[in-house]
Amino acid sequence: MADILIVSEQRRGALNPIVAEAVGAGAGLAKATGARVLVAALAEDPAEFTPRLSLAGVDEVIEVPVPAAGFQSDTFEAAALALIAARRPAVVLLAHGIDSLGYAPSLAVRGGFGFASDVFGLRYEGGDLVAVRQAYQEKAHVEMDFPGKKTVVLTIRGGSFKPPEESASPAVTRFAAPAAESRTRHLAFRDPEAGGGEDLAAADEDNVARFGEPADSGWLPKYRQAGQSGKTVSACKVCIAMGGSGSVRHLAGMKHVPSIIAVNKDPEAPIFTVARFGTVGDLFGIAREPKAQPG
Amino acid sequence: MKILVPVKQAEILDEDFGIRDDGRGVDPDSVEYELNEWDDYSWETALQLAEKHEGAIEAIPMTVGPENAEEGLRECLARGGERGIRVWGDAAEGSDPIARARPIAAAAKREDAKLVFAGTRSTGHGQTGIATAAIPGWPHVAVVSGFGYTRGNDTTVVRREPEGGVEEETEIRLPAVLTIQLGINEPRYASLRGIRQAQAKPVEPIAPQDLGIGPDRIGEAGSAARIRRLCIPDRGMAELIGGTPAEQAKRLLGIVNELRRA
Repeated sequence: MADILIVSEQRRGALNPIVAEAVGAGAGLAKATGARVLVAALAEDPAEFTPRLSLAGVDEVIEVPVPAAGFQSDTFEAAALALIAARRPAVVLLAHGIDSLGYAPSLAVRGGFGFASDVFGLRYEGGDLVAVRQAYQEKAHVEMDFPGKKTVVLTIRGGSFKPPEESASPAVTRFAAPAAESRTRHLAFRDPEAGGGEDLAAADEDNVARFGEPADSGWLPKYRQAGQSGKTVSACKVCIAMGGSGSVRHLAGMKHVPSIIAVNKDPEAPIFTVARFGTVGDLFGIAREPKAQPG
Repeated sequence: MKILVPVKQAEILDEDFGIRDDGRGVDPDSVEYELNEWDDYSWETALQLAEKHEGAIEAIPMTVGPENAEEGLRECLARGGERGIRVWGDAAEGSDPIARARPIAAAAKREDAKLVFAGTRSTGHGQTGIATAAIPGWPHVAVVSGFGYTRGNDTTVVRREPEGGVEEETEIRLPAVLTIQLGINEPRYASLRGIRQAQAKPVEPIAPQDLGIGPDRIGEAGSAARIRRLCIPDRGMAELIGGTPAEQAKRLLGIVNELRRA
């Protein structure tokens, strides 16, 4: 059975947590087929990430040095394409997010691979790979298959697969990616204005996410909405959704959070169908209260 | 210089919807169509650039879809632009986002466009924009939240926001494909006059084969995935907390503290 390849992703030294979840997803598939699980570390100094990628279920970590310090679409695409050509995996898993949005579809076109994005379910059915994703603003789930495709590239939604808890001692190899011309040039990083919104005082340590309606009303820049740019709150244990109705795509950013607490003035808001707790009321009124109370 | 802007009609599902007999789609009667939200922003980005460089830059909306998809193009043309392109044919039925990228790339080549502005995604699946770039092998940047172009330059500067709250400025060579993020601008509304005028603006229908796209590269045959089955997820219901705001907040705090210890 052909291998399962996970391509890791990091930003400024921090590994994207979805990578470990993708390892969990890949290891689950491998159990069914006996495939080997390979994890490729694409970084300037990939060895730095090898210990963190040596997770239970991983058979081999492939260190792939790339000339870019951060994500660069041409470089990553060329390295992934060459690695897939060399190893011929049946399944390639990437973290669904802003980086994979920038190269997974073009990788799929260039290689003639099967492709689905934002996948949160994965299994084999009678030898066919089946990937599950949402459709119609989360109102339906769609099971996809990939007839005739020898390699299938999937981007994995954060929070939908369990990362392995144990570490392991996989084989470590090195792969020299071909030089690729970089047609974009990094100019600068900038710190945008400080985020707005009123945080629930008690939840300061949790990562409070921001949702559609506050953004739609101009209280927050629109691009800060959860679930839009791959920005999700899946790494949180608790998510307090203040004024997010969950009506359209907000759910994509938080559906797999174990505990959602929803505050919305509309008792019919779809957010309540995925939340564990909910209060019907004004978000500002409720957000101010805890500051007046000892927590 | 021409900017091609692929747009699509997003499918909005009724609250009560039925699944088609073959289990692979929804009952068409439960679907309403509206212009994909992301496309409002990509079209506005193109219009602003065309207005700034009037006469030198043309913004052209296009769509891959049957006759009713023309409505989305007319909506764009009501806000600006002089003409649109609609690619469709029987062979295109069942195209996924990857298959849809091929006519867009072919139209960009035919028009000799230097920029393609696509939505970052559509409400359903998406990612057609970045797939489009791979066909002619153009440079591409996804999730663009800021944009600056100086006329005559063979590069443009874009801003994107990676996770972690830091913005990155990147220079990209043209021709290029950019996928545009929500909130990059404030899309205008069409005026009544604009809506009337849009009806008279030409929308050119093109068949995929007239763009050199054979039946094996579009439709289900040209897609990267196939819908096997569609199902309706289970819906739960939250435990609702009542009382005054103070009581609700107190209970919420209690829950947060409890979950934090868990």
